[in-house]
Amino acid sequence: MFHRVLVAGLLLAGPSLADDVTTFRLENGMDVVVIEDHRAPAVTQMVWYRVGAADEPPGHSGIAHFLEHLMFKGTDDLAPGEFSATVEAQGGDDNAFTSWDYTAYFQRVAADRLDLMMKMEADRMRDLQLLEDDVVTERAVIIEERKQRTDSSPGALLNEQMRAAQFLNHPYGIPIIGWKHEMEMLDRTAALDYYRLYYAPNNAILVVAGDVTPDAVRKLAETHYGPLQPSAGIPPRLRPSEPPQLAERRLIYRDARVSEPYVQRTYLAPERDPGDQQKAAALTMLAALLGGSGQTSVLARALQFGPDPVAVYSSAYYDGTSVDDGTFGLVVVPMPGKTLDQAEAAMDKVLADFIATGPDQADFDRIKTQIRAEQIYARDNVGGLARSYGEALAVGLGIDDIKAWPSVLDAVTRDQVVEVAKEVLDRRRAVTGWLMPEEEGTQ
Amino acid sequence: MRILRFAALIIAFALPAQAEIGIQTVTSPGGIKAWLVEDHNIPFTALEIRFRGGTSLDQPGKRGAVNLMAALIEEGTGDLDSQAFARARDSLAAEFRFSADEDQVSVSARFLTENRDQALDLLRRALVSPAFSDEAVERVRGQVLANIRSDAKDPGALAGRKLRAIAFGDHPYGSSGDGTLESVGALTRDDIVAAHQGAVARDRIYVAAAGDVTADELGKMLDALLGGLPATGAPMPDRAPLKLTGGITVTDFPGPQSTVIFAQPGIKQDDPDYFAATLLNEIMGGGQFSARLMTEVREKRGLTYGIGSYLVGYDLAELYMGQFSSANATVGQAIDVIRDEWRKMAETAVTEEELARAKTSMTGSYPLRFDGNGRIASILVGMQMIGLGPDYPKTRNDKVNAVTIEDVRRVAKRLYTPDALRFVVVGQPDGVIATD
Repeated sequence: MFHRVLVAGLLLAGPSLADDVTTFRLENGMDVVVIEDHRAPAVTQMVWYRVGAADEPPGHSGIAHFLEHLMFKGTDDLAPGEFSATVEAQGGDDNAFTSWDYTAYFQRVAADRLDLMMKMEADRMRDLQLLEDDVVTERAVIIEERKQRTDSSPGALLNEQMRAAQFLNHPYGIPIIGWKHEMEMLDRTAALDYYRLYYAPNNAILVVAGDVTPDAVRKLAETHYGPLQPSAGIPPRLRPSEPPQLAERRLIYRDARVSEPYVQRTYLAPERDPGDQQKAAALTMLAALLGGSGQTSVLARALQFGPDPVAVYSSAYYDGTSVDDGTFGLVVVPMPGKTLDQAEAAMDKVLADFIATGPDQADFDRIKTQIRAEQIYARDNVGGLARSYGEALAVGLGIDDIKAWPSVLDAVTRDQVVEVAKEVLDRRRAVTGWLMPEEEGTQ
Repeated sequence: MRILRFAALIIAFALPAQAEIGIQTVTSPGGIKAWLVEDHNIPFTALEIRFRGGTSLDQPGKRGAVNLMAALIEEGTGDLDSQAFARARDSLAAEFRFSADEDQVSVSARFLTENRDQALDLLRRALVSPAFSDEAVERVRGQVLANIRSDAKDPGALAGRKLRAIAFGDHPYGSSGDGTLESVGALTRDDIVAAHQGAVARDRIYVAAAGDVTADELGKMLDALLGGLPATGAPMPDRAPLKLTGGITVTDFPGPQSTVIFAQPGIKQDDPDYFAATLLNEIMGGGQFSARLMTEVREKRGLTYGIGSYLVGYDLAELYMGQFSSANATVGQAIDVIRDEWRKMAETAVTEEELARAKTSMTGSYPLRFDGNGRIASILVGMQMIGLGPDYPKTRNDKVNAVTIEDVRRVAKRLYTPDALRFVVVGQPDGVIATD
C-alpha cells in the first residue's frame, strides 16, 4: 500500500478540547476512540497497531512495512486483493501506512458500511493467510517503492544517511522501508512470525470518526473485535537506547541529480511523554519561531531578506509524537553564488543570536494565536482528527495528554523556549549534512 | 484462491442515491455570482475564488509572468511590506493561498468568524492592489528560478514537460507555466503588473464559499472584496490543437528507475459519452487497487509501486493520461502490458460485473467527497468552471447509473486507441527503443 515514510511537518496543534470524543476499552484489551462529526454521511475506521519499524528484529529491516503490504493478501475468508476491492465496490477507499512506532490501516466509507469494514478488519487481525507467490511478487513491489521514493531522490538518500548517523544505537536510525539488501531477504516466515507476535486486540487501537454514535460503535466493536483472543506474548517496547552523544557528525552526499545544494542539520530531541509534554511543546514553539514562515520566521528574516540574502529557502521542523527521542531539524538552501559554508555559518549565527536575545514578544503572541485558531480549523477535517488521536495513542500518550496538548502549548513561556534551545541545539548531538552535485564547483 | 465469501454482502447494502448538500446561489448587490453551502457548526468560512485563463494568458516572450505574479500577491500591499503583511494575516489566524496553473489563478482563503471583516479587508488589499515591490520581485523570482532548476533534474517534471511539448507544441499548454530561466530572468515589474491586470479581473471570476456565513453576508463581502478589480482582463487563448502521435520518447536520466507518462487523446466533459468514458477509466486505472492496470502491472507482476490513469479535461484541450515508475530492466515489459490492456479494452468487452462494480464505486464515493467546508468550497468552484449547475450533485449519480453495458462497449472502441498512445520515458531503460 502507499504508505507515508516520514511523519514530517510542523505539528502545531493536536485535536481540540471541543472534540466530541468518547473512549472505552473492550474486554480483550482493545482501545476504542469514537469521534463524532455528523456533517456528512461518512465514517473513517482506523486500526492502529502499537508496533512499527523500530520494533523489527535485527537484520529484518523493512518487515513492518512489508507486512503492511501483505495484510491485503487475504485471510481464511478473503482472497488476495478482495479487501480493497470490497471497500472500493462500496464507494470507499482504503490504505495503510507504517512509521517507526506504529502501523495503521484505514477505510473511509458511507457511515452505514461500518459493520462490513469492522468485519473485514477484525478478520485480518488474526487470520491472515499468505501464499508464497504473493509474497515474492509483493517483495518486488516494495523494492520498486524504495527505488521510487528513496533511491530516485537525492534528498531522501541524504535523510536516510543522516538518520543512520544521528542514532548511534536506537533503531530510529534504520529506514522504515528497509535497507535494500535486507529487504531482498524478507520472506513469508519472517512476515508471519512478526504478524503473530504483534497483531492482536490488546496491541491495537480502534478509531472511528464521522457520522456515528458511541453506542453503535461499541455494539459493532464488541461483535467483530470482541471475540478476538488477546496475545499474551507482546514484548514491552524497550528498544536499545542512545548512549551519551559526544561527537558532532558531519557528512556530504554527492549526487549527479542534485540541482539545488543545501545544508540540513538534525539534533537529537526529546519527545512528548505521558504527563510531561512541556519540553516538547517548547520545541514545537521553537520550530515555529525559527522556521515556520517564509516571511516572518527568524531564519527567513535573517537569511532570505536584505540587500545580500544568503538563502533562497529556510525551514525548521520538529514532531514530538514518538515513543523515544526524535529529532529537531533545520534546512537552508543557499542563493546561487553563496556556498554551503556561508549558508551554514549564517544559520549558526541566527541560532546563537536567538539564544542570546530570546524570541520577540510579538512573534510569540502571533504564533500562539495561530495555534488557538488551529483548534477551530482542525474540526473541519474529521479524518485528520482520527489520525491525530490514533498516532498519539499508538506512541503511548493518553487521552488526557492529547486533550491537554493545546493548553500545554499555550502555556509555554519565552524563557522556556530559550532554555530548550540551549539544551537541544548542541552540535555534539547533531548531524550536519550537505547535499551537493557530483561535479565539484565553487563549494 | 479461496471462495469470495464476502462478495455477496456487497449487493446487500443500498447505496446513498445522491449527495445531500444544499447549494444556494448568491448574487451580490454588485452582480458577482457565487455558490454557498451554509454550515454554522464551526466558526469559520472557506472561500474559493478562481480567475479563468491562468498562465495561458502569458504574453509572447513573457512566459512565467502570471505564475510569478500569483506568487507575489502575498508579498505586500500599500504600506505593508512582505513581512508586515504576513504578520497582519497571521495575527488574524487567517490563511490565504494564491497559485496559478494553465487554466486559472486560484485564491483559497479561510478565516475565523470573529475577525472576518478584518481578514477580508486584508485579502482585498493584497488581491486588488499588490505592491510588487522590487525587493519582493527579486526574492520570489529567485525562488521560482530555483524551482525551474530543480524541475530540470526531476524525472517526473522532465517527463511532464516533454509530453506537453509533444502534445501542444507552440500553444501555451506546450510549455511550463513557470517559464524558463531566461524568460523569468527577463521579467520586469511592468510585466508583473500587466499580468495582474490581464489575469485577475471580474469578467472571468468564479466564487464558492462554505461555512459560517449567510447568503446576505456573503454578497456584501464579495462586493467589498472584488468590486475594485478591473471589469475586463486579457482575451482568452484559443483552443489547443492536439499534436500528439503514438510512439515512444526516451530522455536519458541517471537512476535505478525510469519514470513514464503516457497519453492519448481524451474526451470533453460535455460529451454525451463522458460518463461512460469515466466508468471505463475507473475499470482501467482510476486510482483503485482493484483496477486493471494496478492488477496487471503491480499485483500480478510486481513491476511498479503504483500506476494510474486519468481523463484530463483542460479548458482548451483533452487528454487521457497515465503514469508509473519501473526499474530500468522492467520498464519495457510494463509498457507492453499497458499496450495490451489498452488493446483488450478496445477489442474485448467489459463484463456486466465490472461495470456494476465501477458504478457502485463511483456513486458510493461521490457523497463522501462533501465532508468539510474546505473541500465543499473547492468542489463547488470547480463545478462552476466546467459549466455544471447547482443541481448537479442531486442528478450526477443517476447519470452514472443510466450508462448501459452497450454504451461502455461502444465508447471503449471509440476511446481506446492503442496506436495513438505516446510513452515518454525518462531514465535509462533497457531495450526500450525510441520511435523518433
